[in-house]
Amino acid sequence: MIIGSRPTKFQVVVDKNQCMLCGRCVENCSYNVFRMEPEGIITNTRNCVACHRCISQCPRDAISIKERPCDYRSHPVWTAQIKENIFKQAESGKILLGGMGNAGQYPILFDHLVLDACQVTNPSIDPLREPMELRTYIGKKPKQLEFIQTPEEDTSLVTELVPNLKLETPIMIGHMSYGAISLNAHKAMAKAVSEIGTFMGTGEGGLHEALYPYQNNMIVQVASGRFGVDVNYLERGAAIEIKIGQGAKPGIGGHLPGEKVCADVSCTRMIPEGSDAISPAPHHDIYSIEDLKQLVLSLKEATEWKKPVFVKIAAVHNVAAIAAGIARSGADAVVIDGFRGGTGAAPSVFRDHVGIPIEAAVAAVDAKLRKQGIRNEVSIIASGGIRQSADVAKAICLGADAVYIGTAALVAMGCRVCGTCYRGLCSWGIATQRPDLVTRLNPDEAANNVKNLIDAWTLELAELMGAAGINSIESLRGNRDRLRGYMLDQSMLDVLDVNAIGA
Amino acid sequence: MTQITIDAAGIHYTPLNKQIRQAVRDGASEIILNNIMGQRFIGDGLTGNVKITVNGVPGGDLGMFMKGPTIEVFGNADHAPGNTMDEGTIIIHGASGDATGHSMRGGKVFIRDDIGYRGGIHMKQYMDKRPVLVIGGSAKAFLGEYMAGGLVIMFRLSDDEPYAEMGLASGIHGGEIFIRGTVEDWTLGIGSNAQPATSEDLERIKPYILEFSSYYNIDPTSLLNNSFTRIAPVSARPFAGKYTWE
Ligand code: SF4
Ligand code: SF4
Repeated sequence: MIIGSRPTKFQVVVDKNQCMLCGRCVENCSYNVFRMEPEGIITNTRNCVACHRCISQCPRDAISIKERPCDYRSHPVWTAQIKENIFKQAESGKILLGGMGNAGQYPILFDHLVLDACQVTNPSIDPLREPMELRTYIGKKPKQLEFIQTPEEDTSLVTELVPNLKLETPIMIGHMSYGAISLNAHKAMAKAVSEIGTFMGTGEGGLHEALYPYQNNMIVQVASGRFGVDVNYLERGAAIEIKIGQGAKPGIGGHLPGEKVCADVSCTRMIPEGSDAISPAPHHDIYSIEDLKQLVLSLKEATEWKKPVFVKIAAVHNVAAIAAGIARSGADAVVIDGFRGGTGAAPSVFRDHVGIPIEAAVAAVDAKLRKQGIRNEVSIIASGGIRQSADVAKAICLGADAVYIGTAALVAMGCRVCGTCYRGLCSWGIATQRPDLVTRLNPDEAANNVKNLIDAWTLELAELMGAAGINSIESLRGNRDRLRGYMLDQSMLDVLDVNAIGA
Repeated sequence: MTQITIDAAGIHYTPLNKQIRQAVRDGASEIILNNIMGQRFIGDGLTGNVKITVNGVPGGDLGMFMKGPTIEVFGNADHAPGNTMDEGTIIIHGASGDATGHSMRGGKVFIRDDIGYRGGIHMKQYMDKRPVLVIGGSAKAFLGEYMAGGLVIMFRLSDDEPYAEMGLASGIHGGEIFIRGTVEDWTLGIGSNAQPATSEDLERIKPYILEFSSYYNIDPTSLLNNSFTRIAPVSARPFAGKYTWE
């Protein structure tokens, strides 16, 4: 009790002159901030997480929310957040858990990279008039193609091609599990990707029956917990992804608390209702690259070599060497998840302090694989912190074949990045299993929003490429010439392998 | 009832597995594999009702993701037989390597002799799927670590000392482990608890004792009359108290 209560994070005010007492805020706030009393709407400001559901539903714009209405003595080192974290840990003795992505104040490298545009010597290309090739194939490509010619002058390919995923846009949706997010959220994204001709990940929570119609656009995940993994699941996916690590929490496993394992989640994960779903940090059959190779091959054998197998790792210091090992493990793609990757719940010390930005990781991996002459043996998928089409273009210039988005897709469905997904009370029906909240998300409308977002980014990508005089995504990939570093020091420019502006 | 024999001498596992699948598709009910020497992934992802006899030493991940078949191995097996297996039975007349029964979801694995490290790790269960791992010999460290369901039974047939390998059932949050005789206290990992098995417990494992004995021609009487230690989770939520919210 010595620490006492802390200042509220937000202050919620209902303008009595505007409010018509419709009570929608009371209904909509899943955090119990509002109460209807005879004298008007009463607020319990302390509960507010700034999910903005109330504001979005108030017909009279009567609600305003202010951040941090009470200041501590300002201090550049001992910030309010640092102090409050100490208060909580001093009281509880426990690990601090947070949601969504890295909340640390690191410079965003994407914002220190600028794209190129043609002026006179190379003409730019008008995407309205000229075809732009945004189709991308994920998977191994042969070093060279060999043909034979029959006496009848027929030419046929003798090189055996391995299965690739065909993407109509280099933007996919990364893995968020059913359990962490709601079924309606999954359905919405699945519908969107199948309409666009791209893919999404199932996450490690298995594949719900309701997603079977979209299975040709789903990448199924095999994590250390092996939840929901059986041969039917593997066969349903268009590709299989082995999750080794994740950008939000490199080096640690996943943990879905028992209270989120409702009947439906329990059946897709194939574990008893209410039981904790623990994915340990390592896969216990993978202690080396050789073991990883064994799992890659066993997945290929189990599915008769018909599906590409991806390996996802968190972006960490030695990422290039790790990716080179993965490339040699027989994997078809390496997914690199940067330290801004989102999550339902992660110890905040990991979320904010472990790993490296995706920009540097992709550049380092691409450079290493090229140097070793094996870049064509594996595709690179960049994820963790892709916020806009420019980030997609920059990630591709740095060496990615395609990107995964996560948080951006959730924001397209209404998420306000309030970061309290772990509480299971998401007022937008996204990160929750509570039936009344889940129904708030209309899967068809949300699918439309996600589709619009990806369509819009794809259009922007085509425009950016056209401006740079490039008409195919292949020519953008790894094209450092189209990037320049702005206000980056030489060591960073070296890692990214880009020149400074003006050079 | 068609029986097919494949001579696996010198064949790589991919063509071998293709032949096995083809035989199953053609309706074989029994497949005999001779001269197996290290081929991995035998029966990987295989479904159906077939019996596969393996003469030799299969490589890693025998019966991985398997759903239904019975595999009987006359020899030792490499690591992780029964990995993420779904249904069916694996009977090994010998020893097996690390991660035996890793993440098993259903079915039964019997090993006559010893197994390596991390046996039964992360086994889980769901509804009628309750995997069973029966070990005739002993297991190295980390047996039943992170176990989320299922049943591990270990007889330690050639050893009467208390079981003493580190990390036994650490992080266990479901399922149960039976070990013949006693277990040294320090052996137990975080979250596990050991008690002498009750007569009801023994009644529950009796069918597996009988099944094990029948596969290896062992008289079950002494096993049935022995005392066992039962290791079970302290809580189904071992990490529930570890976190506070930001
Ligand atoms: S928690 Fe969300 S809905 Fe409730 S008051 Fe705060 S912003 Fe409004
Ligand atoms: S998904 Fe929901 S709970 Fe999570 S950050 Fe977005 S709005 Fe908040």
